[in-house]
Amino acid sequence: MATKTASKAKPKVKATAKSAVKSAIKIKSTSTNGSTNGHAVTSTRLDVRKTYKIYIDGKFPRTESGRIYPLKDAAGNIIANICRGSRKDLRESIVSNRKAQSGWSSKSAYNKGQILYRIAETLESRKAQFVDILCKQGDSVSSAKKEVDTAIDVLVYYAGWCDKYIQVFSSVNPVESSHFNFSYPEPTGVVTVMAPLKQGLLGIVNLVSPMIIGGNVCTVFASEKYPMTAVDFAEVLNASDVPGGVVNIITGLQKEFIGHASSHMDVNAILFSDLDQAQRKVIQENASLNVKRVLDFSKEDMLSPYRILAAQEIKTTWHPVGN
Amino acid sequence: MKKPIKIKPLNFSGDFKYAPAPEGTEHIQLKEKYSLFINGKFVAPSSKKYFDTINPSTEKKIASIADANAEDVNLAVKAARNAYDKTWSKMPPAERGKYLYRIARIIQEKARELAVIESMDGGKPIRESRDIDVPLAAAHFFYYAGWADKLEYAFPGKKASPIGVAGQIIPWNFPLLMAAWKIAPALACGNTVVLKPAETTPLTALKLAEIFQEAELPPGVVNIITGAGATGAALVNHPGIDKIAFTGSTDVGKLIQKAIAGTDKKYTLELGGKAANIIFEDAAIDQAVEGIINGIFFNQGHVCCAGSRLFVQEGVAKEVIRKLKDRISTLLVGDPMDKNTDIGAINSKEQLSKIKFLVNAGIKEGGECWQPECSIPSKGYWFRPTLFMNVAQSHRIVQEEIFGPVLAIQTFRTVEEVIEKANNTPYGLSGGVWTDKGAKIFSVTGKIKAGVVWANTYNKFDPTSPFGGFKESGMGREGGLHGLMPYVKLS
Repeated sequence: MATKTASKAKPKVKATAKSAVKSAIKIKSTSTNGSTNGHAVTSTRLDVRKTYKIYIDGKFPRTESGRIYPLKDAAGNIIANICRGSRKDLRESIVSNRKAQSGWSSKSAYNKGQILYRIAETLESRKAQFVDILCKQGDSVSSAKKEVDTAIDVLVYYAGWCDKYIQVFSSVNPVESSHFNFSYPEPTGVVTVMAPLKQGLLGIVNLVSPMIIGGNVCTVFASEKYPMTAVDFAEVLNASDVPGGVVNIITGLQKEFIGHASSHMDVNAILFSDLDQAQRKVIQENASLNVKRVLDFSKEDMLSPYRILAAQEIKTTWHPVGN
Repeated sequence: MKKPIKIKPLNFSGDFKYAPAPEGTEHIQLKEKYSLFINGKFVAPSSKKYFDTINPSTEKKIASIADANAEDVNLAVKAARNAYDKTWSKMPPAERGKYLYRIARIIQEKARELAVIESMDGGKPIRESRDIDVPLAAAHFFYYAGWADKLEYAFPGKKASPIGVAGQIIPWNFPLLMAAWKIAPALACGNTVVLKPAETTPLTALKLAEIFQEAELPPGVVNIITGAGATGAALVNHPGIDKIAFTGSTDVGKLIQKAIAGTDKKYTLELGGKAANIIFEDAAIDQAVEGIINGIFFNQGHVCCAGSRLFVQEGVAKEVIRKLKDRISTLLVGDPMDKNTDIGAINSKEQLSKIKFLVNAGIKEGGECWQPECSIPSKGYWFRPTLFMNVAQSHRIVQEEIFGPVLAIQTFRTVEEVIEKANNTPYGLSGGVWTDKGAKIFSVTGKIKAGVVWANTYNKFDPTSPFGGFKESGMGREGGLHGLMPYVKLS
């Protein structure tokens, strides 16, 4: 995967390109001063920094807009320049989601379950990295450790539901006429996910796991506070056989996305857990444009097959029984 | 090689005619004026206004119906809240169930009267109201009656409790049946109800109110308020409502979803459809033709799940269309009260002009329109069964819900092509598949994005069978185990 330095951003948008250059300069100055910028500086070797980009269709492009926002630590030092995703990124992401949806939902339950379990395995092997990156974004070591452990366990929990929730929520219906009639859940489709502000890793895992295990595909709008975790998690997905387009992750300012994520006409559902009353109202109003399902997980149990059911549509099939 | 058989066109202009077989109306009991059913009593509307409900097959007035305003809605919601707090939510579930069983039994006892009134008020053939609408309404109450004391088995790992007061708004195409679909699961789960029937077909809901009185259902458990859009809007916006259940057009469903944005009201929507009915070359063609007829002409096509887009595989297209025209030529359009009638009256003048408008749009867009030369009565609202050939996916009659006896026919070659076309619609309520190959049935029914799929049959309904849509056809299910979910809180 080719990663180039941040300063190569094309000056498509004049104002933002300028600010990108500005921030790049700031970073340079902080690192030469040797102040804490989240990267260990040794006297013998200059550390190699990571460029944080968004994740769409299994690839890591920069935001189409060329905009960034600086992520700062508690002391106000810039730790990274984060892509400030745009409506165009969202549109491309939804196109990629839609393309991926039928392939993903038609994979066997066993296969999807193994892929989710694989995400847990990959995350387990990168535990130290995630604790480190959560701490860089302001968490304590103990809370970061707990969060990463919980996220792995949530993935394992939902991996196990993949070939079971359909059995739990299906029925054979004893109709009066001479027909065989059965009902079972099918995925709702493309889901936009507003990741919660807190818990940069667990927030995403909590919302995304029950969606994808049910055959849905997602575009996640990362927490503004934890964008690095979100992008690192995208790398985990990328390394775990999750097909491109099943989960796309866009960083940026959530307030810029809420309107578009809820009004896009090829999105079937929108999921969130920590939005305020005014934001919820905007989402619910926009959702009415194409009868989107509005899924609020703020009150639901974290571990529950009913979270899977929330993004499922019950299909009923009839066939005559005769000679 | 087989010699092609020359097919003679069938002759329908012979001497054989059906004698009239009208269902009697002398046994029905109707009042001249109906007020609102609030807190177990019929009360005059505070608006003091009444509107007429008319018989669409004669254009004659049947009765005056109260027009509920916001104040009446408020009284009804208060009565429902009071009944919820004091009676219904506290009653042992088995007792709730026994009331529902009582209601089911009285509907069965009064089946004939209800069927006649349904056909008078709505225009549907008596054969359908007698054999489908009314028996199914009774069956719904009977089915959900049994759930009342068994909810702990319905939601694994969760405890179900009622939501509170449900505001329910129902359409004019299956007036009594839709009332049963809405009221039975709501009551079984321990909720109370304010129901608004459609303004053109309020009578059987008001007869149902009389049945509730006869069953001694506690006052306020079900309140029935009549009126048009403004009454419905007042109900949707009332702060005392915990849940909205709506069946009707997608346009109004979207307005409701928008209106309750920012509130904690739960909602289920059962909206429009534009179902694909797919006929493969290997289907039993004669049975498929019957299925197509039932799919689009059942209830004059006033059915949200009507098979209004027909897809015929090219190899059998000629044969299917020929047989379809022959079969349509035998359909009797006319008096809904006649037991021989296949297609009754269009529900209202407004709906008739909507159908005419869209059919004209179809002709203007270049579709080939075909209708049989059947006679239709001079008075009343009628529309002949109509076929459209040579239409494209982009045509309005292919995209928009007509809600009338109008079928748009397209052909296809491959399975992939027809699935693409079938799903190329914002709707996703229902679909039909006709083939003799089992593997194809499972593959195609699995790929149609719709909530109900009929294979080698069409337009079948049952209280145990969940019904509801994908995409813009709505959310939530009515009927069956899954139909309980919209009326409970899980903890």
